[in-house]
Amino acid sequence: MIIQQISVFLENRAGQLLEVTDILAEHHIDMQAINIAETADYGIARLIVDNPRKAAEALSERGYVLRATPVVQAPVPDRPGGLSELLRAVAAADIDIEYMYSAFMGQRNGLAYMIFRVEDSSRLDGVLAKLS
Amino acid sequence: MERYYQPEIETASREQILAWQNERLLRQVRHVWDNVPYYHKKMEEKGVSPEDIRSVDDLHKLPFLTKDDLREAYPYGLLAKPLKNCVRIQSTSGTTGRRVVAFYTQHDVDLWEDCCARAITAAGGTDEDVCQVSYGYGLFTGGPGLNGGSHKAGCLTLPMSSGNTDRQLQFMVDLGATILCCTPSYAAYLAESIHERGLRDKIKLKAGIFGAEAWSEEMRRDIENRLGIKAFDIYGLTETSGPGVAFECSEQSGMHINEDHFIAEIIDPDTGEVLPDGEKGELVFTAITKEAFPLLRYRTRDICVLTRKPCSCGRTHVKMSKPMGRSDDMLIVKGVNVFPSQIETVLLEQGYQANYQIIVDRVNNSDTLEVMVEMTPDNFSDSLGRITDMEKGLVAALKAMLGIYAKVRLVAPKSISRSEGKALRVIDRRKI
Repeated sequence: MIIQQISVFLENRAGQLLEVTDILAEHHIDMQAINIAETADYGIARLIVDNPRKAAEALSERGYVLRATPVVQAPVPDRPGGLSELLRAVAAADIDIEYMYSAFMGQRNGLAYMIFRVEDSSRLDGVLAKLS
Repeated sequence: MERYYQPEIETASREQILAWQNERLLRQVRHVWDNVPYYHKKMEEKGVSPEDIRSVDDLHKLPFLTKDDLREAYPYGLLAKPLKNCVRIQSTSGTTGRRVVAFYTQHDVDLWEDCCARAITAAGGTDEDVCQVSYGYGLFTGGPGLNGGSHKAGCLTLPMSSGNTDRQLQFMVDLGATILCCTPSYAAYLAESIHERGLRDKIKLKAGIFGAEAWSEEMRRDIENRLGIKAFDIYGLTETSGPGVAFECSEQSGMHINEDHFIAEIIDPDTGEVLPDGEKGELVFTAITKEAFPLLRYRTRDICVLTRKPCSCGRTHVKMSKPMGRSDDMLIVKGVNVFPSQIETVLLEQGYQANYQIIVDRVNNSDTLEVMVEMTPDNFSDSLGRITDMEKGLVAALKAMLGIYAKVRLVAPKSISRSEGKALRVIDRRKI
């Protein structure tokens, strides 16, 4: 499934991330996945939330620089080798993964969820849809 | 005993110096009037003609020249000799918008080197000395100027140029350098390296000539103690030929301006009015012997004081204090002129906001330059690779513009303080 990810620019200083999560809490936005990429001076917080539009508005209002990007959310069988199966299909389709991370949206029916950032989200979505 | 390179000039009577200045100023004004349409027009606009300038007392009637004029007239607009009579070009480091290109005839080079030879001789340089020139060579005037002066003073000259500390120290030790010429911060760095490597007893240095950068008395004493030398200041700018416009003598209390070549004035930077000797103001130079690039009343933007108190060294030429500041926003970082506007230009070109802050510091005796830049929505990406690529692009563009490395620090939008009125663009943490 293709969903919107919100990326936020964060300076590396104490309390920066807390400010972001507080803003989301104030607006009753539920976080489903978070990933942080960082350098010595700054970081990028990538967020998956239940209401990306509302989150983007709330954060922009408070002066944050952010960007919405389509990513692919995919269920992964929660057992040894589960992720390998999925990655094998991605590799077979010759798709480069820019980055990926795990989500903590309810692990029902023995499934875990991964978030994939690739150049062509619809193509990856198609490949993964065939798997399940 | 005080040594002079040109004793008859350096210790000439005030009357004699004034006579030279009067005669040369008149000739120079005529030369510029006849050969530099740019300045000719400026004089006409001010209603001044060469006939109005009969002595140094009339100097204040002439229009000023500023860095803006140099930019506007770039590259040939202030040239007073045909190019075929010129033999050399020097330039200020690494800038495009503010680049200064100066031209020299062979005669100009000779006089410039004489000025540098006076500085080296005043520092004790003779034909018994080995003079290590560790200023940069090339377009920068430091290396070529001191190199020529060292030849004229008769020293065995080591044209090391800047950088490569290992090689600097090896030559200093193996070839017994006795005089070191470089920026004060590099001198401090070399002094530190000499101590770390236990070379203190292996060096033969007795004097250093350190310029192109602001440095304090404490820094001077520190370098002197660490190296067991006497450290002399030297002053100059590309616009007026280069180092050697003024230099320190054994008294080490101000730099003698070579008044047979340059007439110095101190003006109020706001009104342009000439201030009496002893008052603090902006230093203005009129080059009275230069042929190819003779700037009249050039505003240096350096704030200092002139003193005509008799000097124990026997020299009679006026002394200028160390520059105490600037009347514009120019910074000197690692000996290189940096204008905040240059940084602004690069940021705008690269798609960043013109809201930035420059932080200059001195770490381990070396200047550092950091530019804080606010992240913008357009430049932001979810990919770290793309952001670091842009950051690298910005660093490269700044290096191309400034000629020196500046660290870029990306910060959150609106995190750089915008005070009412003037933005705090520059934070200079150097204790000098």
